[in-house]
Amino acid sequence: MSPHALAALLLAPFLGVPLVLLLQARGRRWAAWGAAGAMAAGLAILAPFVSAVLHGGTVVMRWPWLPEWGMDVALRLDGLGLLFAGLILGIGLLIVLYAAYYLPMNDRLGRFYAMLLAFAGGMLGVALAENMLLLVVFWEITSLSSFLLIAYWSDSREARVAARMALAVTGGGGLALLAGVLLLAHVAGSFELSEVLARGDLVRDHALYPVILVLVLLGAFTKSAQFPFHFWLPNAMAAPTPVSAYLHSATMVKAGVFLLARFYPVLAETDLWLVLVGGTGAVTFVYGAYVALLKNDLKGLLAYSTISHLGLITLLLGLNTPMAAVAAVFHIINHAIFKASLFIAAGIIDHECGTRDMRRLGGLFRFMPWTATLAIVAAGSMAGVPLLNGFLSKEMFFVETINHPAFFGAMGYALPAFATLAGMLSVAYSARFVHEVFFSAATADMPRTPHEPPRWMRLPVDVLVALVLLVGLLPQWTVGPILTAASAAVLQADVPPFKLAIWHGFNMPLAMSAAALVGGLLYYRRRHALFALHARFLPRLASQVAFERAYRIAEFAAMRLMALADRRSLPTYLALFLGFTVVLGAWAWHSATPSSLAGPLPWGETDPVTWVGVALLAIGALGTVLLHRQRLIALVFMSVAGLVVSLAFLRFAAPDLALTQLSVEVVTIVLLLMALRYLPQEAVAESSPALRWRDAALAGLGGLGVAALCFAMLTRPFDTISGYHIAQSVPGGGGANVVNVILVDFRGFDTLGEIAVLAMAALGLHALLDGLRLVPQAGGTRTQDRYPVMLAMLMRPLLPLAIAVSVHIFLRGHNLPGGGFIAGLVIAIALMLQYVAGGIDFAQARLRLDYVRVLGLGLAIAMATGLASWLFGRPFLTSAHGYVSPPIVGSFEIASAMAFDLGVCLVVIGAVMLALTELGLLGCREQAPAQGEG
Amino acid sequence: MALLVSAAIGLLTACGLYLLLRPRVFSVILGLTLLSYAVNALIFLGGRLSATAAPLALPGAVGLADPLPQALVLTAIVIGFGMTAYLVALALRAKGETGTDHVDGAPPTDTPPGRAE
Repeated sequence: MSPHALAALLLAPFLGVPLVLLLQARGRRWAAWGAAGAMAAGLAILAPFVSAVLHGGTVVMRWPWLPEWGMDVALRLDGLGLLFAGLILGIGLLIVLYAAYYLPMNDRLGRFYAMLLAFAGGMLGVALAENMLLLVVFWEITSLSSFLLIAYWSDSREARVAARMALAVTGGGGLALLAGVLLLAHVAGSFELSEVLARGDLVRDHALYPVILVLVLLGAFTKSAQFPFHFWLPNAMAAPTPVSAYLHSATMVKAGVFLLARFYPVLAETDLWLVLVGGTGAVTFVYGAYVALLKNDLKGLLAYSTISHLGLITLLLGLNTPMAAVAAVFHIINHAIFKASLFIAAGIIDHECGTRDMRRLGGLFRFMPWTATLAIVAAGSMAGVPLLNGFLSKEMFFVETINHPAFFGAMGYALPAFATLAGMLSVAYSARFVHEVFFSAATADMPRTPHEPPRWMRLPVDVLVALVLLVGLLPQWTVGPILTAASAAVLQADVPPFKLAIWHGFNMPLAMSAAALVGGLLYYRRRHALFALHARFLPRLASQVAFERAYRIAEFAAMRLMALADRRSLPTYLALFLGFTVVLGAWAWHSATPSSLAGPLPWGETDPVTWVGVALLAIGALGTVLLHRQRLIALVFMSVAGLVVSLAFLRFAAPDLALTQLSVEVVTIVLLLMALRYLPQEAVAESSPALRWRDAALAGLGGLGVAALCFAMLTRPFDTISGYHIAQSVPGGGGANVVNVILVDFRGFDTLGEIAVLAMAALGLHALLDGLRLVPQAGGTRTQDRYPVMLAMLMRPLLPLAIAVSVHIFLRGHNLPGGGFIAGLVIAIALMLQYVAGGIDFAQARLRLDYVRVLGLGLAIAMATGLASWLFGRPFLTSAHGYVSPPIVGSFEIASAMAFDLGVCLVVIGAVMLALTELGLLGCREQAPAQGEG
Repeated sequence: MALLVSAAIGLLTACGLYLLLRPRVFSVILGLTLLSYAVNALIFLGGRLSATAAPLALPGAVGLADPLPQALVLTAIVIGFGMTAYLVALALRAKGETGTDHVDGAPPTDTPPGRAE
């Protein structure tokens, strides 16, 4: 059998997830068959591996995935993995059958089975993982899917709270496990279990060993509900019973002890392990057993009993002797079998009687003798009654407590005595389960008159209890091989010889069993005294209370933090953002290698013109800020600043920029003036002085940072990367205006993107303003003045002139300052003047331009120019150029890039005019001011 | 010269940032415009200052001004206009929807929610 079949084994349940979701449309029976098919397929894939693994083989499969991170899809199947895979799929199959009967008929089951299969897949992944990171990933899948399953009846608040609690506890443990695994891989030098398991001595001697151990144990203890993390499990009983039978007896809670068993060769056999694992197991063992007896809820009793048995398994693994580990594996098997059957039986009782409260149940043996018999046998196994499987592993446990190497002298009696006491408690709660449910006088308080369940609903219990008996009577024959193989995988060494038999002669363990049985029954008879005592000194379940308190504190703190950081206010967000940026910048400056702010270059001589420019700029900028509430005046100041910037461009050898800035400035100011009609002309001061000082400080720091950056840049040597563009501009691009050649040729693709963005902004504006009706502010009424005649008369002949100028600017753009952007802006301004002079109705009637189409046409031309170069077998946007000499105009150079520039020009015209006309059209559909703000 | 120009750009930035933090849309638009002046000028200065550089690659021209930052800034100016226009539209639309020109869509209330006045 190819190792790659392991991947198929792992995939089978996951593939079942979509399958059952599809099948549920055809009915719940189909969904059930689909889920059963997925489980059965897994078993079928597993079957061929069995004999090889039972003979001590380990199958390993490896697919490289992210080799540089040590992440391979690597799976292994050894004895322990086989045992768990068998439990997951086998019991899973029974649960699928049971759930079909248990869940109400109006449940279509698809969702349930999908979650169940996802969980089974995650659990298989944990059992089969060879790579430790993969193990953690699947570990988290089991946490998440168990969260979903516990909250399956999500209408119930109890279920939701329980699910959240389980997720918080097991998920938190998963994080600790992840940290532990990362450290372990760091110490052992590999993520592969095969390698890590062989390096136990290296890990145990490492200084990080205690840290690794505690982290891994946190993962295991939270998952396996060990004290003090046990509290999520009883709450998780809010889940449908099939979930409890599957997750909370046989699989999910066993993942924790699986982890202990898995890492046994690496982490165990130290004193720290004995203290932590053995100690936690012992406390959980006896605490769970004690509380189980006090529970009135059938499932609550079983949940605490599960906690207790998981404590027993943990204790066994913590005892650090090989035979104790064998006993732990044996008890994993036995507990899975009898506890699953007990949960299923509890579900049947709940289903048939309408309650699981043992105070209301009673005398059920008369009504359902067959189910009762089965449940009594399983409960006997739980109590450790001879001839049943639970007895065998408990007996092995007793043997291991006697003469344990760590307990000698008088202490040699302490451990057996403790074991007997815990055994007594187990007998007591098992006795309560059997006696109160099946025998004590019927209270006639049951919501329904019970009867035997349907045959198929009971079948899972039949099968499991048959296994209880078979294992109990013929242990060597039934579980001997798998127990040996799994124990060998746990110990990674030869298993000490052991004999599974129901009779070992009269010896100490037998005496302890007898004492536990008799003592437990006596204790049960005297239980009312205990209940009274317990009611008087009601112990608070401290860890659950602590969890809930911590949860509420975290919730409260998160809300406070949110309230502090999130004032639902954009200025606050911006201020926070700015503050962080300033801090980051200062931090980067501080932590960089120390160097002076000023670089080696000379600062350069100032001249009067620059001083005047800077002074004007300062007046413009500061005036805008100081008078920003008087909006019209602020706008005038701002335009001064813009003008100085254009002049600066002109002065420092950037004529194209100066022209662009100047024309954009004009258009922007007009746009803002038009917008001001609908905004208050003057605003009141509403920010508190403290807020204003804060903003001023932030802004000042930001400005200081930018100034420092600029100064540092200007005083440092500089090596241009434009050499290629300058050298190739005339020969390659056919133009002396390098800026324009860069725009339309070298970086034409960027420009295409930029005009696309411009077009999008204009279309966005169109969409935002389309149909908008606003109330004009500004003194309310529209001016009744006619449009000034002189202006109108002057503007009409100016249009053709302006167009001629812009054509000139456009044509010469490749060699002299100009080009599509500037030409487009000039035409747009000329058109705009017609609107200003004649009014929008006048201009619209004459121009009849649909600017959205102009936009589209421009983009199309630019795009077509680019595509045309493909016709010549050249890359997108390759340009060609040559000279033409039309009459009158004179000779000038023409490049194919000019067509592209035309597209740019049209997009600019379209965008600017669309913006201005949309704003102008607002005036045509104004609301009367009286209807607006009073 | 370097110090003077840097100070001018720093001042523009600071004024732009302060206006950006104001609670009314019109101030924010003014602030953004000032800020884009500053940013454009900063990028432009990436090609260094020279009042004597040749702007065009005409025959005989030496010491050409760096054209790359200029090309970047040229498109930035035009896109900046697109952004301003879009913001104006957004502000007007918000005014139409909420009836206020406050950036948060509602004037601030002095008392935090949940506390009686």
